[in-house]
Amino acid sequence: MTEPILSVEDLSVRIAGLHILQGVSFTVAPTGVTVLLGRNGVGKTTSLRAVLGLTPRGGEARGTVRMGGRDLLDRPTHRLVRDGLGYVPEDRDVFAGLTVAENLRLAERRGTTPAYDRVFALFPELDRRGRQRAGSLSGGQQQMLAIGRVLLNDNRLLLVDEPTKGLAPKVVTEVAEVLERVAESVPVLLVEQNLAVVRRLATDAVVLSAGRVAWAGGAGELLGSAELTRSLLGVGSPEVRA
Amino acid sequence: MNTIVLLALTGLGLAALYFLVASGLSLVFGLADVLNFAHGLFLGVGAYGTWWAAGNLPGAGPEGLGFVLAVAFGVAAGTLVAVLVELVLIRPLYSRTIEQVLVTVGLSLAGVALLQATWGADARPFPRPQWSRGVTGILGAQVPNGGLLLIVAAAVVLGALLAFLRWTRYGLIIRAGVENREMVTALGIDVRKAFTLVFAIGGAAAALAGALGGVYFGTVSPGQGGSLLIFAFIVVVIGGMGSVIGSAYAAVAVGLLQQFVNYYGASGVGDLCVVALLAVVLLLRPQGIAGKVAHA
Repeated sequence: MTEPILSVEDLSVRIAGLHILQGVSFTVAPTGVTVLLGRNGVGKTTSLRAVLGLTPRGGEARGTVRMGGRDLLDRPTHRLVRDGLGYVPEDRDVFAGLTVAENLRLAERRGTTPAYDRVFALFPELDRRGRQRAGSLSGGQQQMLAIGRVLLNDNRLLLVDEPTKGLAPKVVTEVAEVLERVAESVPVLLVEQNLAVVRRLATDAVVLSAGRVAWAGGAGELLGSAELTRSLLGVGSPEVRA
Repeated sequence: MNTIVLLALTGLGLAALYFLVASGLSLVFGLADVLNFAHGLFLGVGAYGTWWAAGNLPGAGPEGLGFVLAVAFGVAAGTLVAVLVELVLIRPLYSRTIEQVLVTVGLSLAGVALLQATWGADARPFPRPQWSRGVTGILGAQVPNGGLLLIVAAAVVLGALLAFLRWTRYGLIIRAGVENREMVTALGIDVRKAFTLVFAIGGAAAALAGALGGVYFGTVSPGQGGSLLIFAFIVVVIGGMGSVIGSAYAAVAVGLLQQFVNYYGASGVGDLCVVALLAVVLLLRPQGIAGKVAHA
């Protein structure tokens, strides 16, 4: 069996006295897209942020998160990122007051050559809009910038949180295409609600329910079963194309 | 006409003093979320450092290059104290707001007490160049040179800060960090280094305010930093947390308002008007003139 790139064991997160995650365990394969699924508020984003050490003030994360044999939980976020964990946050979080070029420049890492060619090949618009303030970009363009910022560097694993949230259907398709191409070279742990996108991208799936893992296995198996998707996700099998 | 020019320029001198204190305070709060009540201590260290150096440091003195050396010593001392405060006292307390407030309030009180215990509670005459005691005729008004020096210094500091924020890597990190500190960290940047840097910048600017404030007022006293800090906080809130350019606009508004109202109204009414201006800004535009963006 292939060694997972990321292994999460018995991860519990408590924020403001609430047990958001209660002993979550799953692995992320070294290739392809592993998707975290579940209804709203089950702990998908919390899981992603806990992996990256972004549990909010007053919160507490316990358990084991390993990448390449190293425990990540006690290490500061900036070191994890420098070690190859790329993060695309839920609401894009581009720096609205900075230009597109400045947003990208900020993501450059010392001692490495930033891969502007790769980013501009995927998103030529970012090159053209270099001097535009990121806050004035459309939602889709901001998502491109958030993904482009991460792709400026070589990563060992990408954590991508709801990249299609609030986007127009045409842009959803574009984002899904980009992530599909990205996933050919780097594994992705994806949080996504759009099952059509999940069907297109995911190789493995982990379903969370009330802070616990309710199901884990192949994405095809999950999405191929109307009964599973209905019982675990509360929806029928996806028909929409992404 | 002469009076208006004089009031405008002395108001701008006061504004320059406020800006030098407020710019660092604003960046520290905008980036690190630290409400630093000990910021006035950096001003005191700068003033007393300059005062001490002018009398004791070889090569330093009240005139010419000797005075420049004395001011440089005061600014270096203020910067060093600011960096030490951040590294030793503030760093272990990030994200613990109440403790930060207690520590910085305690430090400001202890700092004033230390200055008093060392050099006495009374104001001491400040060693200042002969030319700074004179006046310059501008549009018929006789404007004190000490005030003009403050205006020039503040303009230079404003230009240097904006250039730093606009053109350097750390400036970029600070501007981004003021917007979203967590995301800066999530891009692989150790934002704590930027915290230390903004404390150093703030400490240097406040120490310069202390040194040049000594020239302007002609004396130095332990409580000077604390009284200026109150108006600096008002400037920060009116200007917008984390905005250097907002602090500059707000400092000019506060300085001019205070000077004109104190002259044409009763003495002290200008200070009340400043508080009223603060209330109006908080009601109409709580994020301040510039909002929470570190403009370059």
